[in-house]
Amino acid sequence: MADKILYTRPDSIRDVKSHYCPGCGHGIVHKLIGECLDEMNCREKTILVAPVGCAVLAYNYIDVDGIEAPHGRAPAVATGVKRAQKDKLVISYQGDGDLLAIGTAETIHAANRGENITVIFINNAIYGMTGGQMAPTTMEGQVTKTTPYGRDVHDVGYPIRACELLNTLVAPYYIERVSVHDVPHIVKAKKAIRRALQNQIDGKGYSFIEVLSMCPTNWGVDAQTGADWVRDVMQPYYPLGVFRDKDAEEASRVQ
Amino acid sequence: MGERVLLKGNEAASEAALIAGCTHYFAYPITPQNEISAYMAKRMPKLNRTFLQAESEIAACNMVYGAAATGARAMTSSSSPGIALKQESFGYIAGAEVPAVVINMMRGGPGLGNISGSQGDYNMCVKGGSNGDFHNLVYAPATVQELADLTLKAFDVAEKYRILTLILGDGYLAQMSEPCVLPEPSGFKAEKPWALTGAEGRPAQVINSLRLADGVLEVHNRHLEEKYKAIEAAEVMFENFHCDDADFVLVTYGTASRVCKAAVMNLRKQGIKAGVFRPITLWPFPSVALAAAVAGKKQVLTVEMSLGQMVADVRLAVNGAVPVDFLGRPGGAVPMVDEVTERVLSYGR
Amino acid sequence: MYSEILFAGFGGQGVILAGKILCIAAMHDGKNVSHIPSYGAEMRGGTANCCVVISDGLIASPVTPKYDIAVVMNTPSLLKFESAVRPGGKLLINSSLIDVEPTRTDIEIIKVDANDISEKAGSHKAANMAMLGKLIAVEPELCSPESLYAALDVAISERNRKFNPVNIAVMKIGGGIDV
Repeated sequence: MADKILYTRPDSIRDVKSHYCPGCGHGIVHKLIGECLDEMNCREKTILVAPVGCAVLAYNYIDVDGIEAPHGRAPAVATGVKRAQKDKLVISYQGDGDLLAIGTAETIHAANRGENITVIFINNAIYGMTGGQMAPTTMEGQVTKTTPYGRDVHDVGYPIRACELLNTLVAPYYIERVSVHDVPHIVKAKKAIRRALQNQIDGKGYSFIEVLSMCPTNWGVDAQTGADWVRDVMQPYYPLGVFRDKDAEEASRVQ
Repeated sequence: MGERVLLKGNEAASEAALIAGCTHYFAYPITPQNEISAYMAKRMPKLNRTFLQAESEIAACNMVYGAAATGARAMTSSSSPGIALKQESFGYIAGAEVPAVVINMMRGGPGLGNISGSQGDYNMCVKGGSNGDFHNLVYAPATVQELADLTLKAFDVAEKYRILTLILGDGYLAQMSEPCVLPEPSGFKAEKPWALTGAEGRPAQVINSLRLADGVLEVHNRHLEEKYKAIEAAEVMFENFHCDDADFVLVTYGTASRVCKAAVMNLRKQGIKAGVFRPITLWPFPSVALAAAVAGKKQVLTVEMSLGQMVADVRLAVNGAVPVDFLGRPGGAVPMVDEVTERVLSYGR
Repeated sequence: MYSEILFAGFGGQGVILAGKILCIAAMHDGKNVSHIPSYGAEMRGGTANCCVVISDGLIASPVTPKYDIAVVMNTPSLLKFESAVRPGGKLLINSSLIDVEPTRTDIEIIKVDANDISEKAGSHKAANMAMLGKLIAVEPELCSPESLYAALDVAISERNRKFNPVNIAVMKIGGGIDV
């Protein structure tokens, strides 16, 4: 009986060691993107916009053309790329500081234009690369390097919910929040990413996937505790689900 | 040759960009260059090209960075406070070696300043403004005709060297109308194997400025240095206006140089031999040519619409061989022909 | 020759256009020209002006604090710019709308009933053309009348070119030419 390959590295992911920490969610999401690109046969037509943050080197792992954006500017850079390469699959991959703090304007306006791009937003409630400072998505009371006594929402405001914020806009085509803290959720996350990429290929417009993800290193916990924290602490505040689905809206309108 | 038409600076620059084949224009409104956006908004869709009003100056320049990284001819335009915001992406564009064209129609500063023409951005635009070792190639047109010609050229040179070329005009040049013959397309075409077009049939490639591995950035910096040396050797532009027999040389650029030329004509009528040395490229600065042009002269006078920024480069180039004086009008004022003339007369024969 | 000319009035009087027409005409006659409007915050107050320079040689600055000729079309412009005319210069006044007497005695004051001329020729909007007609009558070096008339076809949008015969008539009457 011939051996059957049950699991392998996607072709769209380079055979290199990553710099991501144990228990980090970036590697999982990279792999999901890689699997989707393989399945959709899109590796050779993809241009990845990497952010400033832990994923700045994403183009070293995902084997596609890549461009590095200044901090927060990924949606603007992606806009420029997409407007010049309309038949390419343009992915803006961003973290929470990048997308919701320094790049809030770019985020909202690319969404508001209905820019035909796919934004993958990794929300791990902290700045990873710089060593664990408060992010716009840091939870109330969460201890970080810059909130050593816990995030005081009366002083620095509340964690921002990106999907809900963008869902107030008319133009976005698809908005979903997923999680990668366990296998069933990872499977769902992949479906969401696949959907968001397909929307772009079909010319439907702006798709936004928020991924609740782990940063055990900067949270100061082990990998399993990190995954549990996403489930127990983040998910109640950041509910999973589809916020916007114009396909579904259209279907129900037709019915 | 084309027809001589009366064109506003902003319109001439816009049309020259279109002639140059600019396919993507992104910008944010700011006076005194708004006619460029209006012109592009009207014309680009008709030519099946892209005009997009960005949410910010920063976003506009990053859109240029993104579009240019795919090999498109992309441009943004702004004025001083807006250019200050764009400086972030200037550094990324320099580090990533993406060809881009930016127009700065300078206004008075600092801060919001005013909306008159001024030359207070020399240091910001010529000396960098963003972090790290880099140069923009900076052109300083003095007439609407030259603005059109240099805008066209800026696209070719940007691609030739994979560098950001900056047109440093001012509010007067932006707003004034003058006779202009629109330039013909140059026909220049650069190979762009670096462009991001999807890794079809070739290895994936990356446009970036991050070089973390040991020693890699220094190698990249040295590579940029070599490129900058090549530009210094080949791309310097200047105008020598009656300097050869002059006793007094006025060093000045852009709108200020127009006044100085008039002063020189005045002075010559009075038997005073004066000339104008006008850098057209501010970086690369025509240091060697300037040193040669002022050798043996009695006096150099630098005239700027600022408190004195280019004068530092003039002093470095002259290197003490001739005394260098300065006359500046900041805050949106233009030097008067009479005040320049009088200053030269004050040096005695 | 080197002539620095101001056109000033309120928005809608066509002072920017008048400057442009003069520039196109002088350019056609082989002169160097520059035209620059007041812009930005200044133009929000309802007043408009532009500076035109016409020269045989190089044009220095497109803006100047003093003018050889000022063409003022309303009272605020007179009050603001009377003092900006160089001694020996000319001040052209739209006497249809300006009832204030200029005080300068070292300049030539030229009154033009610009709105009345325009109205009589059948247009509500051609006062600027009457001022232009007078301007080149008193300063023939600037451009030829033929070039001025021809410049209308370049400067005026296609939609409004049907008014050019009236504009030309107003220019001629303003300049004292029988039509």
